[in-house]
Amino acid sequence: MTERAVFPVQVRLFARYAELLGSSEVTVRLPAGGTVADVVHGVRALPGGGALPERMLVARGVEQVRYDQAVSADDELALLPPMSGG
Amino acid sequence: MQYLASEPLNLEPLIGSVLSPERGAVATFLGVVRNHHAGRAVVELTYEAYGPMAEAECGRILGEAESRWPVRVALQHRIGILGVGDCAVAIAVAGGHRAEAFEACRYVIEELKSRVPIWKRERYADGSEAWVDPTAAGGTVPTGIRVSE
Repeated sequence: MTERAVFPVQVRLFARYAELLGSSEVTVRLPAGGTVADVVHGVRALPGGGALPERMLVARGVEQVRYDQAVSADDELALLPPMSGG
Repeated sequence: MQYLASEPLNLEPLIGSVLSPERGAVATFLGVVRNHHAGRAVVELTYEAYGPMAEAECGRILGEAESRWPVRVALQHRIGILGVGDCAVAIAVAGGHRAEAFEACRYVIEELKSRVPIWKRERYADGSEAWVDPTAAGGTVPTGIRVSE
């Protein structure tokens, strides 16, 4: 029997989301095969994270990703509040 | 930084970068900080960006505009603290004729506002501050960026 591998993932936060969590970067621990949805769930479970919406824009690198996409340890994830540039 | 700027924006170099002898129409757009929002007096804005993604998304939008219309497009968006009257975004579009220049310019600003990861925080005359959430009024789920398959 081997334990299911768990790995840490860094998640960047911006604007209002960073204020809610009190940090511009947090770490969540994912099981092998974890998805973007698991990342969102993990961040919302952190102190202050309960105020985040259930559905958020999530980026991996410089592109948006869907909730059902798999995440690996070296992914750079970011939670993006609704854009308000311009 | 190609599209994000921490110094005041200047439209002239943007126009110069898209002009050429065969392009007879230049459309420009300036987004300027105004002194009110939703009935409140605004005195200052702070723009924050997810830099690498904002640069990439701006590049994608310009590429789309230049493939959809026969134009060249230049764009810059300010980051940091801006006062009322400061220019937050500047766009210059040059094409052979005015129709494509106007249409492409409109496309670029609309796509920028919905897709580029930039956020503004307003400071009001009473000293309070708040992040602007364009989706808050309707309570809708943000769907700004297209999801890559």
